[in-house]
Amino acid sequence: MKFLQKTIEKFDPLFEKGGKYEKLYPLFDGFKTFAFVPEHTAHTGAHIRDGIDLKRTMITVVLALVPALIFGMWNVGYQHYLALGLAGEMSFIDNILFGAVKVLPMVVVSYGVGLAIEFGFCIYKGHQINEGYLVTGMLIPLIMPVDLPLWMLAVSVIFAVIIGKEVFGGTGMNILNPALTARVFAFFAYPTYMSGDKVWINTATKEGQSVVDGFSGATALGDLANAGTTQYSAMDMFMGFIPGSVGETSTLMILIGAFILILTGIGSWKIMFAGVLGALAMGGIFNVFAEYAISPEQQAFMAVPAWQQLILGGFAFGVVFMSTDPVSAAQTERGKWIYGFLVGFFAIMIRVFNPAYPEGIMLAILLMNVFAPLIDHYVVQANIKRRMKRAQVQTANA
Amino acid sequence: MSTETVEKKKSGEGEPLFSKKNRRLLSDPLNDNNPITVQVLGICSALAITVQLKPAVVMALSVVFVMGAGNVIISLLRNLIPSRVRIIVMLTVVASLVILVDQVLKAYMFDVSKQLSVFIGLIITNCIIMGRFEAFAMGNGTWKSFLDGIGNAAGYGVILILVSIFREFFGAGSLWGHKLIPDDWYMQNGGFYHDNGMMLLPPMALISVALIIWVQRAYNRKLIEEN
Repeated sequence: MKFLQKTIEKFDPLFEKGGKYEKLYPLFDGFKTFAFVPEHTAHTGAHIRDGIDLKRTMITVVLALVPALIFGMWNVGYQHYLALGLAGEMSFIDNILFGAVKVLPMVVVSYGVGLAIEFGFCIYKGHQINEGYLVTGMLIPLIMPVDLPLWMLAVSVIFAVIIGKEVFGGTGMNILNPALTARVFAFFAYPTYMSGDKVWINTATKEGQSVVDGFSGATALGDLANAGTTQYSAMDMFMGFIPGSVGETSTLMILIGAFILILTGIGSWKIMFAGVLGALAMGGIFNVFAEYAISPEQQAFMAVPAWQQLILGGFAFGVVFMSTDPVSAAQTERGKWIYGFLVGFFAIMIRVFNPAYPEGIMLAILLMNVFAPLIDHYVVQANIKRRMKRAQVQTANA
Repeated sequence: MSTETVEKKKSGEGEPLFSKKNRRLLSDPLNDNNPITVQVLGICSALAITVQLKPAVVMALSVVFVMGAGNVIISLLRNLIPSRVRIIVMLTVVASLVILVDQVLKAYMFDVSKQLSVFIGLIITNCIIMGRFEAFAMGNGTWKSFLDGIGNAAGYGVILILVSIFREFFGAGSLWGHKLIPDDWYMQNGGFYHDNGMMLLPPMALISVALIIWVQRAYNRKLIEEN
């Protein structure tokens, strides 16, 4: 390690002000602080309890995503062999290997394209590289169907980083969650590759293989939205043995991620908890009013037990990893409760009422991202009003 | 605006037809004072009819005609119009011109007319037109008003055409109805390409306009606000 540090420091003068590659300093600094603790020190009387910076925050989220990623890779392989009727013969390693071959290129494309744009903007604008893309780059492949062509993924990433983030001023200034911006772009731009029952499972066959009879590639959520029933049990949905976007299927793995986020204090437990409450509330309302549905399919979907809505589709993934994005979520403590509750509430509402958009959580989070500053504004104003009142009462008493 | 018109009035007589000032009337709205990207007016039609190039061009030409002719008529009438009812007079003028355009389109380009449907009629409510009548034609000579009308309509039309080229090419792989991307590039024919459906949705018109504004401001430093 000492050797590496010495080598890097030898290049310092080249990149510092007046050096040969002054323009590339952000790039150099980015790599240097990736390997070693930054040299920046506080100059004023700061009370430091923990030297956590953006980089460590982001890496923690990426770590929290790893269980979902690994399970996702396994599930891609498992679903593939299940569709071919070979699941019994394939080992755990076979499934993971097949999944890795499909999923890792998505991760590489997402990071490669996104970071290239980010670096380009940093050098052009002359500011330091932000670490914001580390999480976004990992989230994007996890919320896409496995069969999405890589160039579509790349176009979505370009759109998300430029329109979703850089036009607003880069990391920390974006209104919408960039990963969800990528997904919503892909969803509306290439609907045939982002929804329906053909895209969630890779069914490429080699010689001598064929898809089993009666195979359906629809997700549990898609089934329920269209037909009102699904072949998958609640246990399958919780464990994640169902088709779906790469990382969203296993509620268990997402719970492990949520546990890491809450334990390290990086994800807001208030948003997650409020989101679950909101979903249960809307699910409960639907259960009560199921008999008034306009069609038998919708009635069946409305009658799905409220708790089961939590393990369907991308709800868990969205609430844990997307709605808690510290930039686009509400900032005030009371605002987080309102924001989280409405995310869950609207997610289930969109999901049930609009079969064309079964993935309600995506639209619900983006909608609430837009409203988050408004929520914050009113929370702050209410606080000011309350304290003004208290101050007036005190002066009146005095 | 009022100071500007007074100034213009003073220097109205005896200058060449294409003096520097008059040329600016034409060129200003194309860039520095573009009705769409700088004043952000007339966005609704930019949103609605820019899915394909052809209707966008027809729309742009219609607006050029309505604005050029309208500005001239208002400018001729400007001393006869009682200022209390001037908005109604302007509406009458622009409505007559729009009906004229609408009838011509129905007679000679029926398919395009069907595509544009209500949006030709809605030229009447286009804020750029009423804005130029009120701000310019009411206080300036005929020739100047004509140039101003043409210039503003062209500034509007250029953006419309840029946006529609962007949207038609990426959304349908064609321009002016002609397929530009070879058929065997498409995935359903074994290729790798797929049209971007988002381009056909209205939000993409706003995003394209925003991108144009971004590029314009990056090149034209005058437009960047102080604060």
